[in-house]
Amino acid sequence: MSDTAHKTDGFQPRIVAFFCNWCTYTAADLAGTARMTYAPNVRVVRVMCSGRLDPQFIMEAFRNGADGVLIGGCHPGDCHYQAGNYKALRRYILLKRVMKEMGIEEGRFRLEWIAASEGDKVQRVINEMTETIRKLGPLHLEPVNIPATAHVQVGTDKAAVAARGGVS
Amino acid sequence: MSVPENRTNGTPKIGVYICHCGINIANKVNIKETVDFAAKLPYVTVAKEYKFMCSDPGQELIQQDIRAGLIDRVVVASCSPLMHEATFRNATGEGGANPFMFQMANIREHVSWVTFDKDAATVKAKALIAAAVHRVSLHRPLEQTRVPVHPDVLVVGGGIAGIHASLTLANAGKKVYLVEREPTIGGHMAKFDKTFPTLDCSACILTPKMSAVRAHPNITLWTYSEVVGVEGFVGNFKVKVRRKPRYVDEDLCVGCLECIEACIFKKGKFPDEFNQGLSQRKPIYIPFPQATPLVAVIDPETCAHFKTGKCKKPCADACQPGAVKFDQTEEIKEVAVGSVILATGFKAFDAARVGRYGYGKYPNIYTSLEIERLVNAAGPTGGELKMADGRKPKSVGIVHCVGSRDNNTNAYCSRVCCMYSLKLAHLIKERTEAEVYNFYIDMRTPGKGYEEFYERLLKENVHFIRGRVAEINDWAMIDEEKGHLIIRVEDTLIGRVRRVPVDMVVLSVGLEAQPDADAVRRLFNISCSHEGWFLERHPKLAPVSTFTEGIFLAGACQGPKDIPDCVAQAGAAAAEALALIDKGSVELEPNTAFVNEEVCAGCHTCLNVCPYGAISYIKEINKARVNGALCKGCGTCVAACPSGALQQNLFTDEQIMNEIKGVMNHV
Ligand SMILES: Cc1cc2nc3c(=O)[nH]c(=O)nc-3n(C[C@H](O)[C@H](O)[C@H](O)COP(=O)(O)OP(=O)(O)OC[C@H]3O[C@@H](n4cnc5c(N)ncnc54)[C@H](O)[C@@H]3O)c2cc1C
Ligand code: FES
Repeated sequence: MSDTAHKTDGFQPRIVAFFCNWCTYTAADLAGTARMTYAPNVRVVRVMCSGRLDPQFIMEAFRNGADGVLIGGCHPGDCHYQAGNYKALRRYILLKRVMKEMGIEEGRFRLEWIAASEGDKVQRVINEMTETIRKLGPLHLEPVNIPATAHVQVGTDKAAVAARGGVS
Repeated sequence: MSVPENRTNGTPKIGVYICHCGINIANKVNIKETVDFAAKLPYVTVAKEYKFMCSDPGQELIQQDIRAGLIDRVVVASCSPLMHEATFRNATGEGGANPFMFQMANIREHVSWVTFDKDAATVKAKALIAAAVHRVSLHRPLEQTRVPVHPDVLVVGGGIAGIHASLTLANAGKKVYLVEREPTIGGHMAKFDKTFPTLDCSACILTPKMSAVRAHPNITLWTYSEVVGVEGFVGNFKVKVRRKPRYVDEDLCVGCLECIEACIFKKGKFPDEFNQGLSQRKPIYIPFPQATPLVAVIDPETCAHFKTGKCKKPCADACQPGAVKFDQTEEIKEVAVGSVILATGFKAFDAARVGRYGYGKYPNIYTSLEIERLVNAAGPTGGELKMADGRKPKSVGIVHCVGSRDNNTNAYCSRVCCMYSLKLAHLIKERTEAEVYNFYIDMRTPGKGYEEFYERLLKENVHFIRGRVAEINDWAMIDEEKGHLIIRVEDTLIGRVRRVPVDMVVLSVGLEAQPDADAVRRLFNISCSHEGWFLERHPKLAPVSTFTEGIFLAGACQGPKDIPDCVAQAGAAAAEALALIDKGSVELEPNTAFVNEEVCAGCHTCLNVCPYGAISYIKEINKARVNGALCKGCGTCVAACPSGALQQNLFTDEQIMNEIKGVMNHV
């Protein structure tokens, strides 16, 4: 067990994780069944596939005060729906660029492929990410920096449209 | 919290039920504090705690509150939805609400079991409960569609596990397709002489079952075949099977061996796979006398006709029924099945990977599987165990745990090696009267009659030396060691390093996942454990199910196990398939995508991302439309839709957004 899992003082980052149902959520369950203690800072939102992740979910998490966002999906080639994770990867890469422009540090946004059997990887990734963000400190965002998440932005915000997979 | 009233049939009334799970949750999460917290969340009208929510009285709590009109939607904070979502949806439905007006907060697997600090665990549990409350306030009633289950079953792999599963299903009147990669069924068991602990003859108990498979009217046996494509879902799989050409017509061949006799190769010349390469076969061969089906096969890699085109093909002339067909081509069969049983077995560990044991370097070092063939009356030596120079061995060392319990190869215990090493010790002693030494780390003999078998071996004057073997070579240090293999080991019982000279060594190799297990699991959309074994849905409670509904596991493909366990598991897998067939239909998760036509701009983005071709473009109205029967509910199109016109039932944008708000805002 690492220190990260035990630390109760100081800054406690809040991290929102989006895990796909078939691999990463199952892996997190496995970590539980195997009683692998890890940092309590991550809250998991379950989606059927990482391909379901709309960039606005990630924005919404940051907007609501998340200090970090973690995406977990099946390994390449393993997606329960064939290729949802590739779509997620593409959106992730584009979103990272947007994040950078918004002043969100690299370590606050992470994508990991975690297979159903990799409970230990859930533990490691969460501990690592918590530790990284603890060092970065709380995320302070100027409200204006965050693009509105309404759907009407079609055509007005190219990066956001591209990030949704609309441009390929 | 923004809940437009018109979307939720009036103001939501949410009941939150927090489970102690005995002490599993209650030990880490402050339940009282959590209940008080939940009671204050928006729209929550009931907040309760109970020791075991999944018990009947627990479920009854929910149902009473729905019936009393106190709540119209439900949050249960307990274990993982993968564990009990179905239970609580059911309870919600039984109470009179729509089963999908329910959301689960996973405060066991994701909180109490993984969090060290109690306060931190309580905070996290609250966040997850708030998220579920926020989400469920936007849930809508949904209907499940029912689709019929196709009653036929596909079994992949014809070892003892696949054979037993096929026969069980066929005897119950179900139609089975049994697909085996090799030219014959039988798997590893067909290679053994005797089986532990009863020492009954392997062929005597296996071959009747093999013949029964061949003869059963309900079983379609496709050997020398492989599954190459799987589509569909539980109850409705479409499977493509490639039947490799064996260049001998299965329906015409009578197994008379005339063709093999007639082959231009007067003697076997190529390593015989079935005998672990310990003998030679011809290009046209039958793997062993009880092969099922008893049909010859031509190996195009070695056949002179295929290599040079110059062979006169005496085999074809010799075949009276005219079964030899050099123009046979591969065939693709397509079948519909409702469920699948994977029984693809294991691969024996490659002993050459442990270089210091000298396998492949010294002629008298064999693997256990080779010894199985050499002590087998039907094997290459007629059951006589001889050394490379033809002498009978006077002493034999059996080295346990080769490729097992070893951090350099496989950390796990292969479970069967201690027992089969004892079996081989007995057989070797019986056949050669040699001194037999077993080198073991721990003797593992759990099982009915197993410890007794060990006791028996102790009385048969077999030697047991406790310690992991360090090295095997022929570097003699004293005269007595000359001309022998020397096994160097630390005898941990007497605390001394020993050098034991022997004539022959048996390496008891462990069991490994099939090299193509990863490709097979991808084909069937299931998972593998770290070691490559197929992953079961639950290690205790769903040991033959997988995370993909309708796909079941049997035998050593799920992990090392012996024949009795393989057979038990095969029976269990067959029972699961039968239960599915008898149920007649399955309910599909109503998490399909749908188009809000008012918003859809007809941009085609979704059409390109759907992996199932479930979305079509309706030209007349310039809108996209989802075919619910084809949609599998991944939501990729929903995320890609630039206008938000596409939504996913159970996972609408609003529901997920609200879940995010809940997880962040209330703690
Ligand atoms: C040396 C040795 C001695 C043993 N002695 C004993 C004993 O005395 N008693 C005992 O109880 N247990 C014994 N065992 C264990 C026993 O071998 C296994 O429990 C048993 O054979 C496993 O059966 P199975 O059907 O699961 O797999 P297998 O016997 O491995 O059969 C799997 C079958 O599936 C086929 N297949 C694989 N992949 C595919 C694919 N992709 N498509 C189609 N077909 C495929 C294979 O060709 C094979 O025919 C021994 C094991 C070893 C290594
Ligand atoms: S299902 Fe896991 S990423 Fe698609």
